[in-house]
Amino acid sequence: MGMTEAILLTIITAATPLLIAALGELVVERSGVLNLGVEGMMIVGAATGFAAAILTGSTVIGILAGIGAGMILAAIFAALALGLAANQVATGLALTILGLGASGLIGSAFVGARRDALAKIDLPWLTDLPVVGKVLFGQDPLVYVSALLAVGVWWFLWKTRAGLVLRAVGESHGAAHALGYSVLKIRFLAVLFGGGCAGLAGAYLSLAYTPFWSPGMTAGRGWIALAIVVFASWLPLRAVIGAYLFGGVTVLQLHAQARGWGIPSQAMSALPYLATILVLVLISVRRRGDAQAPASLGTPFVPDR
Amino acid sequence: MRLILERRDDRPAWLALASPLVAVTLTLIAGAVLFALLGKDPLAALKVFFVDPLSDGWALQELAVKATPLILIAVGLTLCYRSNTWNIGAEGQLVMGAVFGSWLALATHGSANGPWVLPAMLLLGILGGMAWALIPALLKARLGVNEILTSLMLVYVAELLLDYLVRGRWRDPQGFNFPQSVSFEPEATMPILFGAGRLHVGFAIAVVVALIAALLMARSLKGFEIRLAGEAPRAARFAGFDTARTTLLVFAVSGGLAGLAGIIEVAGPLGQLQPSISPGYGFTAIIVAFLGRLNPIGALIAGLFLALTFIGGENAQIAMRIPLDVTRVFQGLLLFFVLGCDTFLLYRLRRVPSVRAA
Repeated sequence: MGMTEAILLTIITAATPLLIAALGELVVERSGVLNLGVEGMMIVGAATGFAAAILTGSTVIGILAGIGAGMILAAIFAALALGLAANQVATGLALTILGLGASGLIGSAFVGARRDALAKIDLPWLTDLPVVGKVLFGQDPLVYVSALLAVGVWWFLWKTRAGLVLRAVGESHGAAHALGYSVLKIRFLAVLFGGGCAGLAGAYLSLAYTPFWSPGMTAGRGWIALAIVVFASWLPLRAVIGAYLFGGVTVLQLHAQARGWGIPSQAMSALPYLATILVLVLISVRRRGDAQAPASLGTPFVPDR
Repeated sequence: MRLILERRDDRPAWLALASPLVAVTLTLIAGAVLFALLGKDPLAALKVFFVDPLSDGWALQELAVKATPLILIAVGLTLCYRSNTWNIGAEGQLVMGAVFGSWLALATHGSANGPWVLPAMLLLGILGGMAWALIPALLKARLGVNEILTSLMLVYVAELLLDYLVRGRWRDPQGFNFPQSVSFEPEATMPILFGAGRLHVGFAIAVVVALIAALLMARSLKGFEIRLAGEAPRAARFAGFDTARTTLLVFAVSGGLAGLAGIIEVAGPLGQLQPSISPGYGFTAIIVAFLGRLNPIGALIAGLFLALTFIGGENAQIAMRIPLDVTRVFQGLLLFFVLGCDTFLLYRLRRVPSVRAA
């Protein structure tokens, strides 16, 4: 296996959880809700997914448990931010704090446990093709799920009526309400979807990326997913570019550390975070004047009748 | 029949006081359930968590020591959140304050210095936190970059910088390779308040800061500007208030106070620089600010309560083998309940009979 191939493979596995979480949050934000709790939902998904996989011996059940856990946390967020019209920024932060604590409780019995990583697909002769074989046809199933998810979210938001309604709710909840759409119900479903995606992204980390659980293992990936949504200008296909860009930065950091270019390891570890800031700055500079965020993003909605 | 939220016309004062108390009560009930789920006796656990840390003078001193950084940071965040500006990177500003201030402590180490060292360290700490906070503030004010994400990302960067320093340049050469700096000289450490014990001058500083902030917020034009920027940004612009400058101001103040909390922590209870100098005070202070209803005096009281959860969590870990993560769960639940209860200050629940769509 050549160097390029190895690097491409690691970029894909590093980008997949970012992509899944970012796509979920993108749908949430398109509906006009800002859920800052991605990091919390993701890490609970990682802990629950790993715990369920160890207990049942089934990776599939682990993945489903991760999704379920993310959705439960998302439902708590929705109860407050939608049901009680609470401040979305603060509620999302509460979710992150709660999630970090809860993941520690759930995962404490499983620290040090190991299991095999989610198996990679092996197609008869496609996988053996030079260079592109392993990259295109030799990934684990969730990589393909993430790609399908990107296309699916794009198709849903731009090609279906339900997607149009969801975007309308995010642009102007007052107008959507006046037209007779149930703003809170649509937002609730979007938030649940986002939670499921964050949970899945977490489960990917503990079941495929590094097949074990360690406290705090998401290491800010939930926040980076939030930044990817901004970077992508709330467009699903651009989120793919964003996720792979950040996956690339993560891998660059690992390779540079392994080679020891005389740069302190801490400086290399800081790279993804600095890259996030840089990307946010560049995108704001380029986009001066025209706002692309959904117009109702972050504003609570209380129907007056 | 279904329930709807309806905007209140009045804002009764007793509700504003009752809401945090209800939130705390609900958290305690949820905590009891959580302990029962973990297989512990709920009442005994609650006693270890919330009553034992208040049992004697020593314990109360410890409470004030833990509350000091929480109060200082939360007072700053109160100003931020009041103006609808979201600094969530106080943890990083705390670290940078500690780094800046410690530089002087280490530079003057081992030579005879006057009583100027500690005040100069505190000042450097404020400047360090302020400088770190001004990065997201300037990006927000000049370029419109989302301050939530940038301020948070800088937390990781600050923690890595501290890690680099204490493992490299600033490591104590006689420290048996432990990643920590030398212990600060007496003139570079916070004086103890009551002769013995751990309570240091920092707590007095925190109380004074909270009182001054309360006064300025209620009585000064700047305080009015900050409140108006959050409650009615359009009105603030019509009044000619510069919202970009308000952003810079509240970030500078909150960063400065977080930096002050950082250097006080290092020059006080820790006495040296370590790879980790805070159990997440910068994040917990967000909860303190909200529990205190975004009011500096409220932050003072709420800071003492959240300090209790830190100490109670440590005690419960030792006495009852309850994982330390329970503290975080508690804190997250508390913020949920606080936000939920605050809804009922603005709205009331009303039952409406369901009507069939015509």
